[in-house]
Amino acid sequence: MAEEKKLFKVKIDNISVEVEPGTTILNAARKIGGDIVPPAMCYYSKLQGSGGKCRTCLVKVSKGSDADPRPMPKLVASCRTTVMDGMEVANITSPEVLDARKGVVEFLLLNHPLDCPVCDQAGECHLQDLSYEHGADSTRYEFKRRTFDRVDIGDKIQLHMTRCILCYRCVFTADQLTEKREHGVLGRGEAAEIGTYIQQSLDNNFIGNVIDVCPVGALTDKTFRFKNRVWFLKPVDAHRECHDPKCCGKTVLWMRGDEIFRVTARKDKYGEVEEWICDTCRFDKKEAKDWIIEGPRQIERQSVISQGHYVGVHKPKDPLVDVLDGRQPKLLLDIHNISEVNKPNVDLSKIQGPAHSDDFNKK
Amino acid sequence: MGRKLLFDKAHIEGIRYYDVYRANGGYGSAEKALKSMSPEQVLDEVKKSGLRGRGGAGFPTGMKWSFIAKPEGVPRYLVCNADESEPGTFKDRYLMEFIPHLLIEGLLISSYTLGCNSCYIYIRGEYAWIPDILEEAIADAKKNGWLGKNIQGTGFDLEIYVQRGAGAYICGEETALIESLEGKRGNPRIKPPFPAVKGLWDCPTVVNNVETLATVVPILRIGGEEYAKYGTGKSTGTKLISACGNINKPGVYEIEMNISVEEFIYSDEYCGGIPNGKRLKACIPGGSSVPILPANLLLKTAKGEPRMMTYESLSDGGFATGTMLGSGGFIVLDEDQCIVKNTLTFARFYHHESCGQCSPCREGTGWMKRVLLNIENGKGKMSDIDLLWDIQRKIEGNTICPLGDAAAWPVAAAIRHFRDEFEWHVLHPEEATKRNYGLAHYADPLEIAAPAAV
Amino acid sequence: MFSEEKLNKVKEIIARYPAGKQKSALIPVLHLAQEEFGGWLSSETMDYVASLLQIKPIEVYEVATFYSMFNLKPVGKYVFEVCQTGPCMLRGSDNIIDYIKKKLDISVGETTKDGLFTLKTVECLGACGYAPMMQLGKHYREHLTPEKVDAIIEECRSKAN
Repeated sequence: MAEEKKLFKVKIDNISVEVEPGTTILNAARKIGGDIVPPAMCYYSKLQGSGGKCRTCLVKVSKGSDADPRPMPKLVASCRTTVMDGMEVANITSPEVLDARKGVVEFLLLNHPLDCPVCDQAGECHLQDLSYEHGADSTRYEFKRRTFDRVDIGDKIQLHMTRCILCYRCVFTADQLTEKREHGVLGRGEAAEIGTYIQQSLDNNFIGNVIDVCPVGALTDKTFRFKNRVWFLKPVDAHRECHDPKCCGKTVLWMRGDEIFRVTARKDKYGEVEEWICDTCRFDKKEAKDWIIEGPRQIERQSVISQGHYVGVHKPKDPLVDVLDGRQPKLLLDIHNISEVNKPNVDLSKIQGPAHSDDFNKK
Repeated sequence: MGRKLLFDKAHIEGIRYYDVYRANGGYGSAEKALKSMSPEQVLDEVKKSGLRGRGGAGFPTGMKWSFIAKPEGVPRYLVCNADESEPGTFKDRYLMEFIPHLLIEGLLISSYTLGCNSCYIYIRGEYAWIPDILEEAIADAKKNGWLGKNIQGTGFDLEIYVQRGAGAYICGEETALIESLEGKRGNPRIKPPFPAVKGLWDCPTVVNNVETLATVVPILRIGGEEYAKYGTGKSTGTKLISACGNINKPGVYEIEMNISVEEFIYSDEYCGGIPNGKRLKACIPGGSSVPILPANLLLKTAKGEPRMMTYESLSDGGFATGTMLGSGGFIVLDEDQCIVKNTLTFARFYHHESCGQCSPCREGTGWMKRVLLNIENGKGKMSDIDLLWDIQRKIEGNTICPLGDAAAWPVAAAIRHFRDEFEWHVLHPEEATKRNYGLAHYADPLEIAAPAAV
Repeated sequence: MFSEEKLNKVKEIIARYPAGKQKSALIPVLHLAQEEFGGWLSSETMDYVASLLQIKPIEVYEVATFYSMFNLKPVGKYVFEVCQTGPCMLRGSDNIIDYIKKKLDISVGETTKDGLFTLKTVECLGACGYAPMMQLGKHYREHLTPEKVDAIIEECRSKAN
């Protein structure tokens, strides 16, 4: 007899959801969806060990569990804290969380350059979205910002460390996707940086994925740099038969007319890659004939990328359909059956002055 | 003279060496534990003693030990945290340098209790000469059958290894220490899982401070119940205090936790008062990360009671009017000292030591340092003081490990109690570079609210 | 590159850890390498350590750049590491630093032209009760005064000759 798995009941911002034991608060929130999902800059569900570092996903656990209802003393990183049965979590309903998050955004932006107008990531930058939603409109930092020189790591990828927020995603990617990791985090504290120490090219057929996982414009595709703005391009789903067994061959082509400007993996609504692609698909297949085009890529409505072209845009949902739950609307009461007022056969424009019930009573 | 348990034989010539240590009753507690007690019985004694972690957090040691997971066939590890790096703290160094066998005996009893067969002493890299002392002591202990295979015929095996760090305060945090011991960067791990379940090489691990582990020896010698009679209330036993700053007799003192702060600073048995007839301005009683207190709040609590050298009394009044015993790094500031400068050096310290893993600490510590540097150099603005307050508030509690809190608290406490000194720096930038604010009113008698008439 | 004796020492260190956990030996071996190869770690030295421990070079760089005791650039024969944190500052470490600067005619982080001395400021070394102090090689020099600093400099000079 198969044992039935007991699900944990969790309440996030007063919305209940049932999830499997071992699920993190963040993933439980993603199951609910909508505004109550905490933002995440370093967590990446496809990368083992990621998360916990950026602190943007902090939430308040107001009730630990049914067994131990004590609240947790500090805000916790929702991406690394697993749920307990009966747990109650406050995200956007907690002023404390919103205040802390505002602080974290300020810290992340402290040394981040304001170079969005010349940054290739603009338009699909998670930090841009985060600061728009949770940040303040000006900085209180009056000191010189930390800067680094740009370095090429290989002929296809450029590292612009000044923009990096040290999420460690690219390090995990290289560790888990390639045979030999050649870059890592060097230095300590504020001076910590992503690097190779001895400048070398990252030579591996999957290293291009670091561009896709980078939440900001620190790792960019050199074959695409300054070629175009992402919102002027039209994303289309495409695939090809790739000979690398680890590559799914399913991509998004960013096109203008027939020209392919860049190739990326397909990303879900949290900006995470659905399946990894190899560098051959990413960098070397830039002709339309290389690909079987499936159709326009659906882009989230709030994204600036969806603004230039309206194909594939999600329409706002008609709430009535859900409310009626399959039932057909039926007229319960016709006002004309019980009232003399508003008879359709009376022409209102013919009435002199304000309408009076007598006007309708006239036979 | 206060009663001593750790340093009771410290004055004996040659106590550093095995023969002298043994001749003076050394390894008696280990013998008792290994030969006549079960691990559960030892744990029970430690629990009864009320011993609390001496590294700074003050977590009950017996409880910590009882958390260790015991899965079949998985080794367990005991790690001795000798990464003493909290500014103001240098007590463990004294213990390891002068009575190394006390630590080794403590490690032996603790390993026996926890069921560990390998034990690592992680010592800060700068204490470069101490590993030699420890390794010599370990070799002597081994020669005499206190380490190695089948210790004293009891069938218990133990090896102790000394591992040197390489200069990182953060490695005093237990999970960062474990990472460092595994040969990685000292980035604290995200908890849970806790080391008691998944620690060194993913095995159950207990990490304890040097002093905590050494204290197990006198606990076994006199019994847990007897040990608990030392001290006051939940602050049982004795505590090593490393006193420094503007005092006549800096050094490491063992105190029974039943004396007052005033006695500790002014009596000849301990610090011997403040040199050159200067007056006490402020004190940081538990290592740089605990809140600084002005003289009047240090010697008396807000309720008007004398403040004692115990965990409870020092934290009386919370952070509003109290502080913490912490690691026992007792830093005294006389009337000539500048609070802004002092706070700046600590902010610089935490900025230097932040591992850089999580954003509030990585970015916030540097920001605080720069703002403080501006104020110190006469370029500060009044709004900078509020800005500092806001930065520390946003770091505290929002980081992966307690280093964030440790960086935030000194700044918060300095502004809380010495705000007028900060303001004076901002308003008199020229003057502030030449002289300092002095004692001001920080030693004035406290106004105690009269108890409400019944 | 290591002598037979040092290689044995490396083996002995690796033997402290369970099988397959030789990466734990990284920090002790880097200490050994720094002592052996001129007081600093060149990229060649780090690559060599990586090969000894059978780990990737980047794992060595990550660690070597994290810990403040590893020098990634050549340093003088004698490195004065003067503590400047709170308790030392209260006891006048700033004056000691200024004195050394003047005496050796270098600023913090620099090495004298003859390559003998490097001056570094460091954060708390755990000798607060014996302040002001500095680390010189393996040992601490405590209760510093200008006279003591003079004596230390003389001592180093005579040792170097």
